[in-house]
Amino acid sequence: MTRTPQAQDAPRSFQEIILRLQTYWAARGCAVMQPYDMEVGAGTFHPATTLRSLGDRHWAAAYVQPSRRPTDGRYGDNPNRLQHYYQFQVLIKPSPPDLQNLYLGSLEAIGIDMGLHDIRFVEDDWESPTLGAWGLGWEVWCDGMEVSQFTYFQQVGGHDCRPVSGELTYGLERLAMYVLGIDHVMDMPYNDPQSPIALKYGDVFRQTEREFSRFNFDVANTEVLLRHFEEAEAECAAILAQDRTDPKTGRDIPMAHPAYDQCIKASHIFNLLDARGVISPTERQAYIGRVRTLAKACADCFVTTEAGGGAPAATAEA
Amino acid sequence: MPDLLIELFSEEIPARMQGRAAEDLKKLVTDHMVEAGLTYAAAAAFATPRRLCLAVEGLPKATRATREERKGPRADAPEKAVAGFLRSTGLTMDQLERRADKKGEVLFAVIEKPGREAAEVVAEALEQAIRNFPWPKSMRWGSGSLRWVRPLHSIICLLSDDAGPEIVPLDIDGIRAGDMTWGHRFMAPGAVQVSGFEDYRDKLAARHVVLDPAERAERIRHDADQAAFGLGMEIVEDKGLLAEVAGLVEWPVVLMGPIGEKFLGLPPEVLQTSMKEHQKFFSVRNPATGRIEKFVTVANRETADAGATILEGNGRVLAARLSDALFFWENDLRKIEREGKGMAGLEAMAAPLANVTFHNKLGSQADRIARIAALAREIAPAVGADPALAEQAAKVAKADLASEMVYEFPELQGVMGGYYARAAGLSEEVAEACAAHYAPLGPGDAAPTAPVSVAVALADKIDMLACFWCIDEKPTGSKDPFALRRAAIGIIRIITTGGVRVSLEKVLMSWAEASILMPVSYGDPRGTGVPKQRPKTFDRFLSTVAEGETSSGDFYEDQEFDLEAISTEFSDLLAFLADRLKVHLRGEGVRHDVIEACFQLGGQDDLVLLVARVKALQAFVETEDGANLLQGHRRAVNILTAEEKKDGIEYSLDPDVKFAEGAEETALFAALDAAEPKIAAALAEEDFAAAMTAMAGLRAPIDAFFEAVQVNSDNGIIRRNRLCLLNRIRVVMQRVAVFGALEG
Repeated sequence: MTRTPQAQDAPRSFQEIILRLQTYWAARGCAVMQPYDMEVGAGTFHPATTLRSLGDRHWAAAYVQPSRRPTDGRYGDNPNRLQHYYQFQVLIKPSPPDLQNLYLGSLEAIGIDMGLHDIRFVEDDWESPTLGAWGLGWEVWCDGMEVSQFTYFQQVGGHDCRPVSGELTYGLERLAMYVLGIDHVMDMPYNDPQSPIALKYGDVFRQTEREFSRFNFDVANTEVLLRHFEEAEAECAAILAQDRTDPKTGRDIPMAHPAYDQCIKASHIFNLLDARGVISPTERQAYIGRVRTLAKACADCFVTTEAGGGAPAATAEA
Repeated sequence: MPDLLIELFSEEIPARMQGRAAEDLKKLVTDHMVEAGLTYAAAAAFATPRRLCLAVEGLPKATRATREERKGPRADAPEKAVAGFLRSTGLTMDQLERRADKKGEVLFAVIEKPGREAAEVVAEALEQAIRNFPWPKSMRWGSGSLRWVRPLHSIICLLSDDAGPEIVPLDIDGIRAGDMTWGHRFMAPGAVQVSGFEDYRDKLAARHVVLDPAERAERIRHDADQAAFGLGMEIVEDKGLLAEVAGLVEWPVVLMGPIGEKFLGLPPEVLQTSMKEHQKFFSVRNPATGRIEKFVTVANRETADAGATILEGNGRVLAARLSDALFFWENDLRKIEREGKGMAGLEAMAAPLANVTFHNKLGSQADRIARIAALAREIAPAVGADPALAEQAAKVAKADLASEMVYEFPELQGVMGGYYARAAGLSEEVAEACAAHYAPLGPGDAAPTAPVSVAVALADKIDMLACFWCIDEKPTGSKDPFALRRAAIGIIRIITTGGVRVSLEKVLMSWAEASILMPVSYGDPRGTGVPKQRPKTFDRFLSTVAEGETSSGDFYEDQEFDLEAISTEFSDLLAFLADRLKVHLRGEGVRHDVIEACFQLGGQDDLVLLVARVKALQAFVETEDGANLLQGHRRAVNILTAEEKKDGIEYSLDPDVKFAEGAEETALFAALDAAEPKIAAALAEEDFAAAMTAMAGLRAPIDAFFEAVQVNSDNGIIRRNRLCLLNRIRVVMQRVAVFGALEG
């Protein structure tokens, strides 16, 4: 329970907060990874979380993940809502006993003075129907503001998590706005305001928010999207249907990750279709179920792999 | 006498589970102790966000030793019998005693159980409680397999008496019981050793933890009231929120802040809902303006700046939330304004409902609204509402489901509709119906009484029931996914509260006429212009007119109702309503058999009349005349049924007074002659009390008749006449109720 009683100097920009989080978690033994190179709805979709939370191999990773929520687009006008935003994600398996304190330490690291603020762990059970995953935990409030999600994964892709992973998700814009005392996200300093070329969040993202809001709501071709959804679904199944043994090398190579990429794709296309308003409530459930089927199949495959703890470590190749 | 202190210290327990968990801990541990013979004087349980605590006073040091003697088979009994005895006692042969009796030797088992140390029993009780704790949801953490609501960090299990405290040895998956606890997470995070409950409670209090949730709630209530009172304002009471907030803090600190001026124009329900649902804030009302002008938040700590930073942060979060709400509100109003005053604005708002599926066999929300509107118009005259107004109200009552505000705050459905209807300049009756048509939502919610609201509320619920009956999705057992029982109770309450005189059967038939042929859309989200279709599931209520009889070729004109199929479904629906009525009236002390006796008359689809009849009948059967008449009726029917069975014929002809013998029989004829028109007249007047009084006049003559007359006369003509007379009693009484259905 030892924490430095004094908060560190206040950060001055959005990027400094990200850098400090990376430094903090790196110092606590996490592999600092880079964003996954696909469109996802949340940091949880990164295979470093979804797949690596499965199996018995220990794991510790931290990374920033750009996330897309097409329905949240507000043309860059809303002070808090964005269709593209950043999450900072930490996943540690097995969850360490002092994870709550490690987490609180990360808040201090980004300049939140524990002596002045009111931090609360408020019940929030996490469930991802598209990933067939759930866990128990909290949303963490700082002075009434939700700054993070804190979850102990119980099941992912239909598999029980053993050991259990502890997952932390920071909504970076919201957290940074709070720490920096900014009321409108577009006004937030992106780099140091003292830089020769000082950039605000709006300088970087207002244009894209506006363009993607229009695209997501009114332009994205729904027929194409519907077709892509079906293609991704079919491709995912086709990849998993391949013989585990690669005929070319003769090695056992199940392809959980390439299949999972297709699952990610299907999920994002579904989000876009939802934003286009072409999915009725009844169909909605059906689409979610289809994505979940893919996620489960990928999880089934992953746990049979070496990284998933289902196969012995491969010996060095001749 | 030792006292016991248990603390289960964990990561934050959900507020809603704490109260129940404290009680469960108490029950599980004390039940187990008592079962094992460890009695106690008193027990109390407490919960905070991070701990469950159980304090038990006055335990014995150990349970008493017990000695039990059991007589077994004879020593020379067959091997099987002896083996069975050994198995049942858990002893071996050499542990048995042999005692001589008159015929030889008998085996005896003497089972002695020594007293057990309290610590041993407590350890066992606590371990079982932890391993079998009934959390609504529990989880694993780390590499372990223990389940708890959130990770469990430490256990205090301490027995203390005059000699001092002693830790009860206990190890659960590596967590060893001890005597250490921790103070407030931020204000006093250090560990502290405790020696017993009072020491524990006091040390926690000194470390900024109020152990008792009732005390935390009371502090919050008191401090919040004081803060509001100081400004001449009042807290909007919310007991549920108070209990929840008391479960979110160990050290409650009440802070009051202002709501930005630009948000004060939002409907108070919006402010209240947003603050409560998202922020767990209490609303502070200014009685002078009637508006909600401030908020109260409860922090979990004191700070050097007296909460200034916390309050400022909370205020900013609230402003962001309310900005959203204001944005939705203004957008919704703008949509209405764009169309000009009147219906057009709300119709524009409701337009997207055409693409919202209500049920995949029943079309869209817009289709449902069209059915309700047609039905509300039909019902209107019966409830004293203007049909045009009722139809209009039904058309706009659900428009807010497509508003941005209700999308964000679903619990504001109806309430927002009212605001939007007023903004569109619609009449107050229509605006009122928006919220009221959902009512009553539960036993504590009032049924609507304003005529237009009543018309729409009834139409809404009748459409629900009729629709789901027609697609055969009826509630079964505990399954009632569409809350049809609630809809039925709603109908009953609206009708009985307002004395609404309608024939439900006629209402249902008019629903069918309007709705069964009404084409519906199955959502057209892709804008591909799919034409509306008739629900295929309703096909069974239609019969196609033979080809050639119509010339139009129009599908709908070629269809006719299958009246029989429809009325079969609706009879079933009316019986369902009667069942709900029984449940409803049971609460008012009405016997279910009395309702059955009235309902069995058939055609009882006017619930106001039915209830009046039921109440008059119950009052009547509780009188002496009523009870005796019931006996007389039973006697008459028993004889009649027995003889009819024996003779294989029905005695349903009119009896003739000229075959009457003796004064009693003649008098019964006269009494029936006198009562019959009185009953008929009273029933025509719907005066059931008068009908009962007229019937009461039959009691004495019937009693006298059975006293003096032997029904089964040797004279066949007289016997037949008397049986027909008994039948007449049955027929006359059956005009009031089916007395045979009454019990006792």
